[in-house]
Amino acid sequence: MFDFVSFIPRAVVQGVPLLYGSTGETITEKSGNLNLGIPGVMYVGGISGVIGAFLYEQSTMGELNSFLAVAIPLAASLLGSLMMGLLYCLLTVTLRSNQNVTGLAMTTFGVGFGNFFGGSLIKLTGAEVPSIALSATSRVFSRALPFAEGWGWVGKVFFSYGFLAYLAVALALAASFVLQRTRVGLYLRAVGESPSTADSVGINVSGYKYFATCIGSMIAGLGGLYYVMDYACGVWSNDAFGDRGWLAIALVIFTLWRPNVGIFASILFGGLYILYLFIPTGTFLAFKELYKMLPYVVTIIVLVITSMRNRREDQSPAALGISYFREER
Amino acid sequence: MDHKTAAVKMRDITKSFGSVLANDRVWLNIYRGEILALLGENGSGKTTLMNMLAGIYFPDAGQIFIDGREVVIRSPKDAFDHGIGMIHQHFKLVDVLTAAENIVLGLKEPGRLNLKAVAERVNRLCKAYGFEVDPWQKVYTMSVSQKQTVEIIKVLYRGADILILDEPTAVLTPQETDKLFTVLRNMRDDGKAIVIITHKLNEVEELSDRVAILRNGQFVGDMPTKMTNTGEMTNMLVGHPVTLSIDRPEPVNPKPRIEVKNLTVRSIDGIIKLDNVSFTARSGEILGIAGISGSGQKELLESIAGLQPTETGSICYIHDDGHHEEILGKDPLSIAEMGVTLSFVPEDRLGMGLVGSMGISDNMMLRSYRRGHGFFTDRKAPAELARKVVNTLAVSTPNLDIPVRKLSGGNVQKVLVGREISSTPTVLLTAYAVRGLDINSSYEIYALLTAQKMRGAAVIYVGEDLDVLLQLSDRILVLCGGKVSGIIDGPGAKKRDVGLMMTHLGGGNTDE
Repeated sequence: MFDFVSFIPRAVVQGVPLLYGSTGETITEKSGNLNLGIPGVMYVGGISGVIGAFLYEQSTMGELNSFLAVAIPLAASLLGSLMMGLLYCLLTVTLRSNQNVTGLAMTTFGVGFGNFFGGSLIKLTGAEVPSIALSATSRVFSRALPFAEGWGWVGKVFFSYGFLAYLAVALALAASFVLQRTRVGLYLRAVGESPSTADSVGINVSGYKYFATCIGSMIAGLGGLYYVMDYACGVWSNDAFGDRGWLAIALVIFTLWRPNVGIFASILFGGLYILYLFIPTGTFLAFKELYKMLPYVVTIIVLVITSMRNRREDQSPAALGISYFREER
Repeated sequence: MDHKTAAVKMRDITKSFGSVLANDRVWLNIYRGEILALLGENGSGKTTLMNMLAGIYFPDAGQIFIDGREVVIRSPKDAFDHGIGMIHQHFKLVDVLTAAENIVLGLKEPGRLNLKAVAERVNRLCKAYGFEVDPWQKVYTMSVSQKQTVEIIKVLYRGADILILDEPTAVLTPQETDKLFTVLRNMRDDGKAIVIITHKLNEVEELSDRVAILRNGQFVGDMPTKMTNTGEMTNMLVGHPVTLSIDRPEPVNPKPRIEVKNLTVRSIDGIIKLDNVSFTARSGEILGIAGISGSGQKELLESIAGLQPTETGSICYIHDDGHHEEILGKDPLSIAEMGVTLSFVPEDRLGMGLVGSMGISDNMMLRSYRRGHGFFTDRKAPAELARKVVNTLAVSTPNLDIPVRKLSGGNVQKVLVGREISSTPTVLLTAYAVRGLDINSSYEIYALLTAQKMRGAAVIYVGEDLDVLLQLSDRILVLCGGKVSGIIDGPGAKKRDVGLMMTHLGGGNTDE
């Protein structure tokens, strides 16, 4: 019998960073900005949180105030990813550079930025291993609901996570609600579908693009923070974040730009991502690598199916990836 | 009409684009409870004038008064605030949203978004004026006419009582047109001021209460529609023809070259674009094609060039020895392989004719890239040709490698025409060859076309300036709604007759 009770929580903690990333990227893409810099943004979000937590832990030298231990890394992470979002907007919205090139460059930049400061911090601590452990901060971040222990498998599957996991679900639901039900969401979708139409009815196209991209980046950055502080138990080592950023972008396509679908899809992706750990021991090692491909294979299958069904509602925003400027005026 | 106060008064409105004067001290009054037809030929400045009212353009000089107060309109939003709404030819709608969502877009209404309330208000508007639209329908599933209805409601929803419609019937079927006219009359009776921009005389007569005529950016006059007739309007529309001196030598030994028989073409939406068109184009002759824009000119040329799927009919190329060969259903490459040198100067220069981001030499290569030895292309000949075209046609360009989209319209056109005639074509198709060109460049192009005709090419010239068509063409084929309205000889043709044939099949009956 497959051990679901231990598999599902592991899938969830794998899925949470992806959910943050895909919620953020979905909001961004709804404004017509294809931010391929999301992996970089998540990386920066992670390292910024690490820097914040590191400085706070250094300054106290002992007992941590629970509130500050959460607030400082959180604020640092949001600020770091906001800067990335602003930079992306400055380049693509204000200066109208190519979105794909800018995004890829920002991923490279973000990873480099993270590794540089990660390396610097490791030097500062003078540790033997190439990593920083912020276990005190991590304990606060990953504190589970108190009654989780007593509830058996229910507690393990539903209540054993740190608060950032629940925040991810809440943000995804809120994002779906805003996009589908509110005026701001409607106008944002109009900007991503047809900026010239939005412009002609007096919607501030650049404003919406900046707003959505920055909010989206900040949400995605939290994915990086969750990864370090909760999933990795506060241990930062360079390049450990891996390809989760790209997986988050794949998830956007998989969910057909619906953040609420992303809640389940991210857990599915998380599960597929670690499925190789659950294959029977003794299986030929190369099969492991095949299992790791599963999330991408599933994304390709979804792409094929949606383009075959060709429903307009399931397609990417019509003006995605295109910089907008009023030509004649 | 004088006892009414004007809803909109435009005074001395002047607007120029570069060196082109689009509107020259135009005066115009728009009244409530009245449908005004703004009549003029292509390029006479009607749309420009109305765009200034709608906030798309800002006038260089002149004043706009609304209900007697002078206003400044800088953006579409300003126009809405003054109750002015314009329905453009190209709809501004978001496809994946519903009608209601599109209508409410951009509005700063207080409170939460309540689409049900929006839909209710839309339905009330529909009932009041006789529209038929489902507020919950997605725009991408709508027909053109339904989209237009959504645009009109969008404008009404914002409280506009001065409506401007830019050639609203251009994309509608006759039945849809009737429906639209009923709605417009309802709105007029409700006290709204309505302007329709048009060049169709029959619509003016059928719908409007008053007609204002523009010619070459100048206001010619206005009058109650009842007091005028097609003849008078045509005269005002045409005015005194500009004296152009285009040399029209006698055709040399004309022989049938292209024979089109019963050609019918449908657009993707199923609308008939060409209906049973038959004619013959002869070598050594310029065949002018006249017609209101969108009467099937584009489809006709593209059918001959092998770019347009056709429904029925045939197009034969007649070789010098009298041998007929069908070219319909062949693509441009197989037409070329038949030994037919067919050159096409399309309407969309940078879309179909040239690659905007490539230089002149590389654009020359688009015709010759198959030549050359083996793996490598021959770059010398195109560069040589580019130099020749630049020199002989006096293209002003800093060098041969600058992306052609950076050149001015006239120079782009010269590069395209230069390339097309360099292959010594036996058939030369041109669409709006002088659109956007200044007067000198236009004459150069006319001379080039005439030179091709004297060389023995069959030239088909689609043009919008009737004066030029009449002076340049040896014969004129007039299209009206995709049908051949008539074929007349160029020398001695009257502009008025051609104008009538453009609007009525066969010329209709004149009022005089």
